[in-house]
Amino acid sequence: MEDDAPMDFGESNKDIEVAPALIAVHPNQESVAVAVGSDLRVFDVHGDCAISLVDDSSKGSLHKDSIRAIRYGASGKLLVSAGDDKLVKIWSTESWRCVSTVCSEKRVTAVAITNDGLYVCFADKFGVVWVVDLDGTDGQAVAKKKAAQLLSHYCSIITSLEFSPDGKFIVSADRDFKIRVTVFPNKPLDGAHEIQSFCLGHTEFVSCLAFVCTLEYPQGFLVSGGGDSTVRLWDIYSGSLLDTYEVGGKAGLLESNGREEECCSVITDLCTNQDGTLVAVAVQGLQEIILLKCSLSARSISLAKVVPIGGETFIPTRLEVSFSTGLLWMVTGVSNLRGFEYPSLARVRVISGLKSNADFLQNEPFVLEDNEIPGGRKLLEKLQGSISFDEKVFMAAAEALKTAMSNLLIKKQYSVEKREFRKKTRNDRKIKQ
Amino acid sequence: MLENKANPTFSKSTGLPRKRFYRARAHSNPLSDSHFPIPISPHHVDYSLHYPQFFPSSDQVHSTKKVEFADIGCGFGGLLISLSTLFPESLMIGMELRDKVTEYVKERISALRVANPGQYQNISVVRTNSMKYIPNYFEKGQLSKMFFLFPDPHFKEKNHRRRVISLHLLDEYAYVLGVGGIIYTITDVEELGDWMKACLESHPMFEALTVEELEADPVVKLLSSATEEGQKVARNGGQTFQAVYRRIQPSS
Ligand SMILES: C[S@@+](CC[C@H](N)C(=O)[O-])C[C@H]1O[C@@H](n2cnc3c(N)ncnc32)[C@H](O)[C@@H]1O
Repeated sequence: MEDDAPMDFGESNKDIEVAPALIAVHPNQESVAVAVGSDLRVFDVHGDCAISLVDDSSKGSLHKDSIRAIRYGASGKLLVSAGDDKLVKIWSTESWRCVSTVCSEKRVTAVAITNDGLYVCFADKFGVVWVVDLDGTDGQAVAKKKAAQLLSHYCSIITSLEFSPDGKFIVSADRDFKIRVTVFPNKPLDGAHEIQSFCLGHTEFVSCLAFVCTLEYPQGFLVSGGGDSTVRLWDIYSGSLLDTYEVGGKAGLLESNGREEECCSVITDLCTNQDGTLVAVAVQGLQEIILLKCSLSARSISLAKVVPIGGETFIPTRLEVSFSTGLLWMVTGVSNLRGFEYPSLARVRVISGLKSNADFLQNEPFVLEDNEIPGGRKLLEKLQGSISFDEKVFMAAAEALKTAMSNLLIKKQYSVEKREFRKKTRNDRKIKQ
Repeated sequence: MLENKANPTFSKSTGLPRKRFYRARAHSNPLSDSHFPIPISPHHVDYSLHYPQFFPSSDQVHSTKKVEFADIGCGFGGLLISLSTLFPESLMIGMELRDKVTEYVKERISALRVANPGQYQNISVVRTNSMKYIPNYFEKGQLSKMFFLFPDPHFKEKNHRRRVISLHLLDEYAYVLGVGGIIYTITDVEELGDWMKACLESHPMFEALTVEELEADPVVKLLSSATEEGQKVARNGGQTFQAVYRRIQPSS
């Protein structure tokens, strides 16, 4: 009965290792980080200079395989990077040194830092979330830390980790359509055992999570995006689904070239703005950002505006809004792209005008020209590694990412014949009655 | 909810149903891990199919009656059958991974219903992987009893993660059990018995029943005698190891 045994690690496609480019923005936009493959690039916007990261614990490259998650802490003092090399690196944003390297047993898929900056949590590919105590990581000394198990999604890939705005809950999303809300305990090293709710409603993998919170609703509501082309709004206390926005009807781009079968308008990332009025959504295959209006009093999300991203093919792989400036930072890119001169590619673009609802209503959001981006050409040179690109690479990158994502997260559908065959070859069918 | 935001189920270009929506909506649930259906959430389980006498018409799906007991890895269903007449007003469900075994239990229950009119209406079975989909079936605090009788031992260290009782899975069981709810475990494998006890003992949301409480609980006597596996062990004169724990409020 191996085929039904509860082992399902989704790691069968060893050959597909392309990883999307990632972006993270310092909470006050003092710096911006981009990860492509094993390369972590940081630009100091404040000081207007490229940063060289220093890691005394490792010679040569900092990460040895694709980075899958990067994230600043709420205070901006720390940056965490982690991924396929099973290392979680914690960087001081003051010294830009690696202050701690944590070894994971498995590849790391998501990271989060508690709002008080005391703990880093990371999820591995087997569905376990780990917690590391940052005490003693004062930004100077290099510390080797050990992680403790916090919670587990049974043998599922965790795609996203998020703390609630009040820090009471840790939310984890997985490939099995599930979002789990767990009370974050006083002593996290003993594990987080009390589940507050499950947010169930997605009909495909959940790819991204973000909190919306406002002055009236400081505890916040959760928004999630998934492989089912929907963005959903949840009450995490009860796990109730409050509203669903379906992108499916909108995303016609890839369909027009007759490849409807493959098209699934996966939501690749979403993020919210500071006053909790807008959710910016990136969709696989769409060269635009969908802005949803979020009304917490009406418990609803609805389409506010679609911002097209003109110019060369630019299908964002990750998004982050800077709360302080209201700029939406977007990256597209991929590592290990085969058949091209430059196997890794990253392109950064920025949309302005998402600071608040008032800002949004007054100033139409628009895509900045490269020279209008804070940090300008210098920033782009550092984060992208180059200034100009061959158009063909972007299309190839978008295709490669789509394939990699569906291989990783979409469950195999067996045909009837195949299913029958699998049944016949199972050895648990001889039942004694 | 979202029906009027254009109809995305049909392709604009061909007018045919899009495969992905067809796949997702044709069946009550698309969460297809291997090839059994999985409800999207507990609200999506139609209990009128399982307990027709308790849910005479399907618009009473929202009736307040809920499943209270779950027998995890129920095997051939012996426990459910014993419990059925002991608690005739409580709904109970068996969860079993093997499809042929599940089919057998279904037939066994139908036959009992036919042979004993009015009885065995409160028991049913679903084929599912309980290690992944418990939250898809039960709401928070819904259950008052959970049973784990003679679970597969998975001896090898690297297979311990396959055991149905583990510290992490107990988090989910604590979630679906109401405060005061009871988890019953028994095995003939001493090592597994120690393991299950150790997990329950170290979990902050469970406490052991006292000897008096165990003696007063009529269900405890069934643990070693009601199931097929239990009877086999008894026939061979095997020893059994049980651990019975109560769901408590965690101290914060
Ligand atoms: C040794 S049998 C015991 C059956 C029954 N409880 C008894 O005492 O006779 C264990 C049962 O658990 C089932 N099982 C194992 N893993 C399971 C899972 N993840 N979900 C549901 N059932 C499972 C097996 O198919 C098997 O029927």
